Amino acid sequence: MLTYDILIVGSGGAGLYAALESRMEEDLQVGVLTKVYPTRSHTGAAQGGVNAALANLDPTDTWQDHWFDTVKGSDYLADQDAAEIMTREAPMVVREMEHWGCPFSRTDEGKIAQRPFGGASKPRACFSADKVGHVMLHTLYEQGIRHGVNFLNEWQVLSLMHDGQRCQGVTAINTQTGRVHTIQAKAVILATGGHGRIYWTRTSNALGNTGDGTAIAYRAGLPIKDMEFIQFHPTGLRRTGILVSEGARGEGGFLLNGQGERFMSRYAPEKMELGPRDLVSRSCETEVREGRAGPEGEVFLDLTHLGRERILERLPQIRELCIEFEGVDPIEEPIPIKPTAHYSMGGIHTDLNGQTPIEGIYAAGEAGCVSVHGANRLGGNSLLDILIFGRRAGKHALEYARNNSFTPVDTGQEEADAKMIASIMEGESGASIADIRRSMGNLMAEKVGVYRNGKDLESAVSELADLQEQFKMVRIQDKTKAFNTELVAALELKNMLDLAEVVAVGALERNESRGAHTREDHPERDDENWLAHTMATLGDDGRPKLDFSPVTITEFEPKARTY
Amino acid sequence: MRFRIYRYDPDQDREPYMQDFELAEIPSGMMLRDALLALKAQDETLSFRHSCGEGVCGSDGMNINGRNGLACITPLAELKEPVEVRPFPGVPVIRDLIVDMQGFYKQYHSVKPYLIRHDPEPEVETLQMPDERDRLDGLYECILCGCCTTSCPSFWWNPDKFLGPAALLQAWRFLADSRDQAENDRLDALDGPYRLFRCHTVMNCVDVCPKGLNPTRAIGHIRDLMLKKSI
Repeated sequence: MLTYDILIVGSGGAGLYAALESRMEEDLQVGVLTKVYPTRSHTGAAQGGVNAALANLDPTDTWQDHWFDTVKGSDYLADQDAAEIMTREAPMVVREMEHWGCPFSRTDEGKIAQRPFGGASKPRACFSADKVGHVMLHTLYEQGIRHGVNFLNEWQVLSLMHDGQRCQGVTAINTQTGRVHTIQAKAVILATGGHGRIYWTRTSNALGNTGDGTAIAYRAGLPIKDMEFIQFHPTGLRRTGILVSEGARGEGGFLLNGQGERFMSRYAPEKMELGPRDLVSRSCETEVREGRAGPEGEVFLDLTHLGRERILERLPQIRELCIEFEGVDPIEEPIPIKPTAHYSMGGIHTDLNGQTPIEGIYAAGEAGCVSVHGANRLGGNSLLDILIFGRRAGKHALEYARNNSFTPVDTGQEEADAKMIASIMEGESGASIADIRRSMGNLMAEKVGVYRNGKDLESAVSELADLQEQFKMVRIQDKTKAFNTELVAALELKNMLDLAEVVAVGALERNESRGAHTREDHPERDDENWLAHTMATLGDDGRPKLDFSPVTITEFEPKARTY
Repeated sequence: MRFRIYRYDPDQDREPYMQDFELAEIPSGMMLRDALLALKAQDETLSFRHSCGEGVCGSDGMNINGRNGLACITPLAELKEPVEVRPFPGVPVIRDLIVDMQGFYKQYHSVKPYLIRHDPEPEVETLQMPDERDRLDGLYECILCGCCTTSCPSFWWNPDKFLGPAALLQAWRFLADSRDQAENDRLDALDGPYRLFRCHTVMNCVDVCPKGLNPTRAIGHIRDLMLKKSI
């Protein structure tokens, strides 16, 4: 049996920050279990910025402005105490990243450069060209190496173990050998990222964003929160869903419909293209529905007026992606775009320290839900969330692990998981993983997308139940133990099917429109009945059971949201 | 379109072999990764790493018609048939196109690829002027995919002793950083006949880098700095 004082599952920004924070004094054994290599985590794909009210560009910016923008952006579903912590501590963590070597772009005075971003009242997104996720991920990995964090690369987590009160550890499979192991840990921090892949290819997310940590927490009886809130990013490339950063609009890009109109004037006359993502995505989708799209049902992001030099300096990677994947050079012509599933606002329910209701089990980053993003996350707040709550979870877990002993664990779960895998591997006759996955993605995109309604959601819930049945018989061709990528895909699909069900059930239950959740049959926000977090737990019947808990409101009374 | 793909399953095969595949339909703009996924649907045992699909994570490095590259940003239209796909050369194969990257990471870790400062940290950010920051362009973008190092003959011959282009690019990334305060230690650690000096400027690394970076130039900068320091 492997043993760590603190085991972190997931090696994106939240996981690596948590690992670093808990290993800083080098007195405890800290392990990071990841299904990829750390620098291949999806944090690295973040492009545009990380928010912190440094006031380097606009001296009047304050963390309180950032706080309000975040709460307003969340459509008042964020817990205001959590959003306060995040925005107040933001300058400190961003500067800490800088001290660790993160190569931010600079102002003429040599300070960290900042740019405007959607839903923000002041320019406060700190950036490094259009690769801020890459530089943050690498900086955290570099410092992790320096401080002796252990890495278990290319392992897939299987189950989370606790005794009802305290953490015991996890089980996981070493992909290279195909062996299942028990890993005992005083504290486990789940930082496995979001579950955008439940939309399969209709997403900006990487292959691995399958919500593994969220799914194992749910199966271990922990509550998962606000799962119906999925952010659609307005500017995914038309054919692949690959992201074009909000930084492109931050630098002054226009959104045009098929007739060449700057259509945002209809929806957000003041903020225009820099409205929040939920609003801009709905606007794009509305243009398409009302017949003002381009020839392939797309709208356009026009950067041509920014000029060659600015595009090359500020948005070089985006230009490359557009050329590679759409054959369009943004210097010359507008980029064809479509909204794409991008971010999971919901996740494992935690307190302000990232702790779940089980002592010693934590969640951070996109896998967790404190909640700071509520019903709609602002651009630049996800990279901030992973720093702030990765750090807090790491700090708290460190204290917890110092003051507590290991909770005994037997190998029963390991045996059960080995059996589960053996039974998946026996599948010969059913549908293939690829077929089930495609059906799941299509139905989620069509029925649980930007616009939703009761009828479609009901049919989505029942179709998902069918797919879960099909999965029990899934066909596996690859019978080899070493590096069985088909088995990994099956384990991921199992996780996604569980989470997709919770998303759809939550969306069906929530009879209002708030943030990213838009119900055509309930178009208004309903604070009287729905100013509440959705808490889903796994019911005895194997279906999600929903409860609701109040939102923490400390400073800003909910108001109508206009931009 | 026809493909020839390197196959090796440690559980089943005594030795590797090449397997022929064919794809009937090639949509315009299709990348090699998408083709491999379509082939995997034909034969699920075909194994390779991939993740982001947009050339930023560095997972799907492989040898494509004799040249290292990332499958997800390699358009099929640019490849001649049959497309021959092999794992990276010069490193142990785990299965099919999946190689053991441990040696690569060991060399990368050995250059202390992290900022080292001795001064106490200021309350705010350490200042760095835009021209100082510009010196990091072309260095910090490395995604550690391994295309360069595994295309380097010096690394094939001396994988334990020569650090390889990726690690050396990172060594220069920190030497070039105006904030770093470990210049002498870094240079001392690179001294000797192998670690840095086995670079024979073959420049395969520059040719294959999917991010358009230039490790050979970085190695040259380190040499220049060493020379400057020694006189």
